[in-house]
Amino acid sequence: MTVTEILERRACVSGVGQSDIGRRLYRDPLELTLDACLAAIEDAGLTVADIDGLSTYPGNFGPAGFSGAGAYEVIDALRLNCGWYDSGLETSGQLGSVFKAAMAVATGLANHVVCFRSVWEASAQGDKGRAAVMPGAGSSGSFKAAGFLQWNLPFSAPSAAVWIAMFAQAHFHRYGTTREQLAWIALNGRRNAQLNPKAIYRDPMTLDDYMSARMISTPFCLYDCDAPCDGATAFVISRVDRARDLRHPPLRFEAIGAALRGRPSWDQFDDLTTMANRDAAQQLWTRTDLKPSDVQMAQCYDGFSFITLSWLESLGFCGVGEGGPFIEGGERIARDGSLPLNTHGGQLSAGRLHGYGFLHEAAVQMWGVAGERQVAGPPEVAAVAAGGGNTCGCMLLVRD
Amino acid sequence: MADAPFRVLPKLTDANRDFWTGGADGELRFWRCQDCGFYIHPPQPICPRCLSKHMKTEAVSGRGALASFTINHQAWMPGPDLPYVVGIVELVEQEALRLTTNIVNCPHDALAIGMPVRVVFEHHEDPEGDVYLPLFEPGA
Repeated sequence: MTVTEILERRACVSGVGQSDIGRRLYRDPLELTLDACLAAIEDAGLTVADIDGLSTYPGNFGPAGFSGAGAYEVIDALRLNCGWYDSGLETSGQLGSVFKAAMAVATGLANHVVCFRSVWEASAQGDKGRAAVMPGAGSSGSFKAAGFLQWNLPFSAPSAAVWIAMFAQAHFHRYGTTREQLAWIALNGRRNAQLNPKAIYRDPMTLDDYMSARMISTPFCLYDCDAPCDGATAFVISRVDRARDLRHPPLRFEAIGAALRGRPSWDQFDDLTTMANRDAAQQLWTRTDLKPSDVQMAQCYDGFSFITLSWLESLGFCGVGEGGPFIEGGERIARDGSLPLNTHGGQLSAGRLHGYGFLHEAAVQMWGVAGERQVAGPPEVAAVAAGGGNTCGCMLLVRD
Repeated sequence: MADAPFRVLPKLTDANRDFWTGGADGELRFWRCQDCGFYIHPPQPICPRCLSKHMKTEAVSGRGALASFTINHQAWMPGPDLPYVVGIVELVEQEALRLTTNIVNCPHDALAIGMPVRVVFEHHEDPEGDVYLPLFEPGA
């Protein structure tokens, strides 16, 4: 450990909540957001009057469905009295918003911060599919690409599926990783989703199903890409000394990883076999004496399957380049394996709750309230990682 | 190039115009620091290596190597016939001088990371100014 004072340890997760989750709920996204926030506040054993901070990703911003509510809408709807608040897209993954909440709590700007991520991408697409929400959709040819989109839209590469596929292809090329190996991110997620009543896809999936699925962008097939959904997830992040008498044992932030040391870009990153998760994970291990072997559960972002594999490598659960053999067969990452992974089904099967679903799952598992999919223990140490490409962050949680 | 597919074209600016229109003269152009010689992409107003603002666009050879690729099967938006190839090409002039592009005129089973490629331009007429997309095909 190279850092002496780890201020995030003053903060903890004290409550979690979730709205209804589904495909095309056609519900008011602000209502879903408030459902999740109120559920998290109640889960912590607090009331709205106790909440004195708010943090969200990405704010009221983006293409249709990308954000269900902004900070101001929720502050106003609940008439919050905030000592601190924040929102923003340019941060260390979707859970960067939670890191900021932990820092606000650690500095004393707030005691109990509600954090949320809200999506309604399924309803926004309606029956028109992904094309309905692509940049320039419906603009009858007059749309011009500007900013960073100009470097990929003119080449008909508008999706992160395409961008991340090229990282996966480079990894396959350098290390010999195969689709049969990568499949286990999707297969593991699906077998866990079968025990998650809120998951989007719960039908059994076999390796044959995976290998024969239609291709999206090689090496990714349909089941390597997460499922857009509607829903909101929320947390309460509290000062540990204000959380000891609350409903759940505090889940303390043992260490955060938020670093970005390569270029903040999908095609200009120095090493095309990894992403900014390399930097975030490296930083995390400089802030704790714990080792990867101490981690009892991993919840790692799977917007695309390869991102999970890359997180497993960068977090040190296996060697760099060894992610394929590590997950092959799915035994290590099963609920009864040495490193249970994405026990709710991940975004591939439980829906694209965009990063927040992983922290929600870690919390309910560590509190032993995960229902049918609960793993043994319950786990006392969990790694949670969100984001891919240029926007990545991770944390170690320890149950006090 | 005849029968170019529909493309979303870039909005031309002073910073990007040479990149997107150099193909009219058969040239692939990048910004380059005139003090330390560093090529820059995407354009920015300062050299990240020496912090000089003394930059101008220069033509490169148009030769490079395929750093990675994907064969896209999904109809995200109107565009080339499916499936088409998206690639990242690294130019020979400088390590990590890269761009996202399409690989054309190449059988898909011949695609390989590291293969030599060269630029070929796809011309698009537009009332706001013609654009020449730099695509790449196999060749040294």
